[in-house]
Amino acid sequence: MTLLDVVIFLPLVAFLVILFFPKGSVEGIRRFSLIASTAIFILSLGLIGPYWFNAPGRWTFVTDLPWISSPAIRYHVALDGISLWLVILATLLTPICVLVSWKHIDKRVKEFFAFLLLLEFGLVGVFCALDFFLFYVFWEVSLVPMYFLIGIWGHDRRIYSAVKFFLYTMAGSVLMLAAIIYLYTQSGNTFDYVRILAGLQNGSIPLDSGAQLLLFLAFFVAFAIKVPLFPLHTWLPDAHVEAPTAGSVMLASVMLKMGTYGLIRFCVPMFPEAARRCSGWIITLAIVGIIYGALVAMVQPNMKKLVAYSSVSHLGFVVLGIFTFTQQGFDGAVYQMLNHGVSTGALFILVGFLYERNHSLEIASYGGVATPAPKLSIVFMITMLASIGLPMLNNFIGEFLVLQGAALVNIKLSVFAAIGVILSACYMLWLYQRVFFGRASDEVSRHMPDLNMREYAIIVPLIALMVWMGTFTQSFIPPISASNAVLLGPIDTGRHVQNNTPSVDLRAARAKELSNAR
Amino acid sequence: MPASFVPSATDYLRFLPEIIMIAIGTLIMLLEPLLGGNKKNSLSGLTVLGFIAALVAAVMANGMPGTSFSNMLIVDGFATFFRVLVIGVGILTVLSSAQYLKREHAASAEYYALLLFSVTGQCVMATANELIMIFIGLEISSIATYILAGYLRDDKRNNEAALKYFLLGSFATAFLLYGIAWIYGTTGTTNLMDIRAYLMTPGVHRNLLAGTAAALMFVGFAFKVSAAPFQVWAPDVYQGAPAPVTLFMSAGPKAAAFAVFLRVFMTAFEPISPRWEPFVWSSALLTMVIGNFAALSQTNIKRLLAYSSIAHAGYVMVAIASHSQIGVAAAMFYLAAYALMNIGAFAVITHFSRQGEKFLEVEDLAGLGWKQPVTAALFCIFLLSLIGVPLTGGFFGKFYIFKAALDANLIWLSVLGLLNSAVAAYYYLRIIVVMYMHEPGESTVTLQPLGAGITATLWAAALGTLILGIFPSLILNFATSSSVLAK
Repeated sequence: MTLLDVVIFLPLVAFLVILFFPKGSVEGIRRFSLIASTAIFILSLGLIGPYWFNAPGRWTFVTDLPWISSPAIRYHVALDGISLWLVILATLLTPICVLVSWKHIDKRVKEFFAFLLLLEFGLVGVFCALDFFLFYVFWEVSLVPMYFLIGIWGHDRRIYSAVKFFLYTMAGSVLMLAAIIYLYTQSGNTFDYVRILAGLQNGSIPLDSGAQLLLFLAFFVAFAIKVPLFPLHTWLPDAHVEAPTAGSVMLASVMLKMGTYGLIRFCVPMFPEAARRCSGWIITLAIVGIIYGALVAMVQPNMKKLVAYSSVSHLGFVVLGIFTFTQQGFDGAVYQMLNHGVSTGALFILVGFLYERNHSLEIASYGGVATPAPKLSIVFMITMLASIGLPMLNNFIGEFLVLQGAALVNIKLSVFAAIGVILSACYMLWLYQRVFFGRASDEVSRHMPDLNMREYAIIVPLIALMVWMGTFTQSFIPPISASNAVLLGPIDTGRHVQNNTPSVDLRAARAKELSNAR
Repeated sequence: MPASFVPSATDYLRFLPEIIMIAIGTLIMLLEPLLGGNKKNSLSGLTVLGFIAALVAAVMANGMPGTSFSNMLIVDGFATFFRVLVIGVGILTVLSSAQYLKREHAASAEYYALLLFSVTGQCVMATANELIMIFIGLEISSIATYILAGYLRDDKRNNEAALKYFLLGSFATAFLLYGIAWIYGTTGTTNLMDIRAYLMTPGVHRNLLAGTAAALMFVGFAFKVSAAPFQVWAPDVYQGAPAPVTLFMSAGPKAAAFAVFLRVFMTAFEPISPRWEPFVWSSALLTMVIGNFAALSQTNIKRLLAYSSIAHAGYVMVAIASHSQIGVAAAMFYLAAYALMNIGAFAVITHFSRQGEKFLEVEDLAGLGWKQPVTAALFCIFLLSLIGVPLTGGFFGKFYIFKAALDANLIWLSVLGLLNSAVAAYYYLRIIVVMYMHEPGESTVTLQPLGAGITATLWAAALGTLILGIFPSLILNFATSSSVLAK
């Protein structure tokens, strides 16, 4: 049993322990959840160990045990540089969400914290599973608690949003299940990702290009719904607006990454040809998403909806980075996943703070908040600037890498994508102006105490992380790059081979020339 | 008289479960007039004991596989699997009925005796190796079930259900019998293996006649498993019958009907499989689509689950359409998982509906999650299993079925089937939504605590569902090893 197994299963243990708490001991449940999730976070920091001085591109913390004999399903989990940070992101945000929900959740407290820990179990598992079947199990396990978090503790239209969220994801994931079973039968009865990937790369699993395309699309749709990629994003604003703060944070910061993680881990490396064939369309959709998300965010009267649409825009960058098939694009995409997790998570938390004070998500019911609550305004400003992509803060690095990767393919892509960055400055600054500046109405100043100790404990670590990730990039990037290089390696050779064929992808060829020229 | 016509002791031992149940059933009928009114509760205990004895006998009979009574019955792994399954269904039905019957002031010996007879019929179906035995088993099971469907004889809905079930059921059985006549006329035998041998004989070109016979028998079986286009009776009957009887009907008779369906089509009619595969294929698709889409708009929970059970029959039909040994194993696993989760769901309804089955609307369940968290949590497990969420039996059932279908290259059927199961998520989620996300209403506030029998049923079904979902190998290995049907 490795440390990773402990980190995966402790949330489940904590979930079960909470079930045995008496209903009345609300304070006890809160404390236990906080202690348990903080302990899991501290343990998960130990996972950085092998990555501390050097950055191995190989798997670490491997556990590979048989689970079900026929069909051969194994409990196979391991970490690489990509999953490492995503696991830590999930374990970091869980205690933060416990703190966020401390006062905010006063009904059905026991069930809330139980579901939150069950969600953590699913999320941590999904990023480590290397058996397709296990991956699917964790994928669905994370779906159920989120459905309840939105449906029970959400706002007015919570039921509609929860069901929509569940059905969208379910529709995508059954297609993925069909593709997984098909791969199983084609690969000589294994669900093992490492073996299937090797088989696909060395040609021992025969797939004609039509089958490859269909399999790629089946996986892609499942992941694209989760990301969400334009035009499959319509569940997202509903789910975000209606979810309680902790639900929004976990959804935006971690759950959406399940989609982009799936793209980078499974879709692109396994079916590089099909990915290349579709990349034109997908990049177009990603850029449309970047600009569309930003434009729609601009006109939202509701703060949470604004942040939700900004997520659509930001995740367009991630997808764009992945489908450039370049080292920079991949690195930027993974880094941007983490950045978005930290800064959008923080934005949702801050919007939650405002909501707890004034019980409104409408921008119009605020104004002049900076006067009664200057400290809140400052942390909001830092977070907002990080989200815009100000240098020295985290998002800048990710966006820069993605734009660089896109430029290697085609400079026009970066130009269009950069419009998204400019628009993000527009909607965020305008939001800030309307909420924090101007004259505070009596209503606002009466209900607007400044940050308290609990809120500091929540937001300060995230702000520190934003600065750290924006300045000391080297603490995070090397493991990511090493793993991305492993994933990209065979795809690059695929490109060389393809260059000799008549059906050459012009943009890819161009990218190669450019990288050679450098 | 030839010596082989005299049954040996082993013949009787292989038939022991049926003998026990018939004996206990008759004993119960005899005991009733002798018992005072307040002692009738003990009859349910006696019934459970009878079932348990039969269960033990069925498991022991598996130790001496072979045919008995001149090849009319066969005991093999497949038969044992379904015998254990239907007897298990019988036990859970008795456990969840006692409270209901008391509530409706309808406790009587007939109920238990009929249950025993019905399960006996299903066991005969599971072991039958010959078309006439199949027919006899089917009739024993069906006639007892017709009466059970109309058990509360003063209730209008019960009467309607029983009459509909009886009239349509007899009509379907007539098709089956007509098919048997055709096959006897064509091949000169009713023994499944002999029919197979005849159809395999090179130079025999009776495909058309045998195909017609298969089609006629398909109608009969499709009716019994409520597969489209012969499913119309199911919603009315499931809705009208007493809740514990619906629980029983949706699990036991259905599993037994699938057992004979599988056995007949995978042994006797296997040589002409190209003729029947397209029918099973299209019926499977139609069943899934009709079941799931009709369930979307139901407000009565019994009716909703009736349509859901039609949809689930469609999934099992996919396994039959894949026409392979893995398909048979997948169907067996699915029927076991389905029986557990469906019994669980109907047990909750039996408990919740109150006297006269007042509360049957989905909306009535509002707030159950907070009034009786344990009941609701267990119900939730059953519903998630019906949706097919991992770590439940329903998920692995679907998984194995669609794996078998993909192995058989039924790619479009699998994709459409899986998309269907995403549609199904909507109506099951609606129940969860009502339980957890609506404020409790009058129907929930006045709810009594669970009775002992129902509690036992719920926990047994939930544990079974989870065990099938986390350690499916336990059942699957047995199903796989016994899916090689004697040919």
